[in-house]
Amino acid sequence: MRLAILDKGHRFGTKLLFGIIRLASRHPVLDVVKLAQYRPDFYGAQAVTHEAMRGPSAWSVADRELMAAVIARTNESAWCTTAHSAVAARAYRDRAKVDAVLADLETAPIEAPLRATLRMLRMLAKTQTVDADDMRAVLAAGVSSEQVKDALSVAFAFNITARLAEAFDFAMAEPAAFDSGAKYLLARGYR
Amino acid sequence: MSNITQAREALVSRILEGKAEASSAQRRAAFVNAVADGPLRTLVDKVARHAHQVTDEDIAAARASGLTENEIYELVVCAAVGAAGRQLDAGLAALAAAVGEK
Repeated sequence: MRLAILDKGHRFGTKLLFGIIRLASRHPVLDVVKLAQYRPDFYGAQAVTHEAMRGPSAWSVADRELMAAVIARTNESAWCTTAHSAVAARAYRDRAKVDAVLADLETAPIEAPLRATLRMLRMLAKTQTVDADDMRAVLAAGVSSEQVKDALSVAFAFNITARLAEAFDFAMAEPAAFDSGAKYLLARGYR
Repeated sequence: MSNITQAREALVSRILEGKAEASSAQRRAAFVNAVADGPLRTLVDKVARHAHQVTDEDIAAARASGLTENEIYELVVCAAVGAAGRQLDAGLAALAAAVGEK
């Protein structure tokens, strides 16, 4: 973590909470949790993220976690890619599917609507924009306007988180720590 | 359909208008990636366009320019939320154009 305040600047009660998390999970507290718990009255993106990832949607939770992983990968955030591939793999009960999408979106064993949506999200994260033709291609693949909006909400949340992970330089954690985080996110969400 | 509109507005209003160490003008400049020349401009522009290129030196330079850690934290958050919001708006506009809405 590049800013000491994000590592050690939390209020006393929050530090106690971190102690409990360390004891209960038997893993160090993930840097994303340290960020979220530092001045939550200022940043606090949990409400946005929870609604995008767990709010009502025709996309499954697994699909949305996969979108998060693809957006993270496009932003070149290894930390967020690892974190959300772990959640998606657990939600799909299929690690190979997630790995295949991250290796090559075009040949991965997923349905056309999801593939078209992931292509659009990748374009958006890479070039910072998309045009009407890009959207027509997604709609033509059988994706509804509501699903496009839901996917864009996922993009909003993870285009923020991936930037913060990279700018603040989140410390990479052990796979078991990410898996423990994934279990928590599937059970409780982002709030 | 999920609906992040309210949560997004609340987030943006907290980071731009809420209690913070950085001035409101600084926060707005970071949010729209229009900071005046200097170390902070480099940092904010990287966060907005390619955050993975941010280095220890970028943060050190921002600190050396007189910014506190809290100010750097706030301004980086503003830069990230602003950039993500511009992408969201571009996506929504493209969708509206594709389905023929005004």
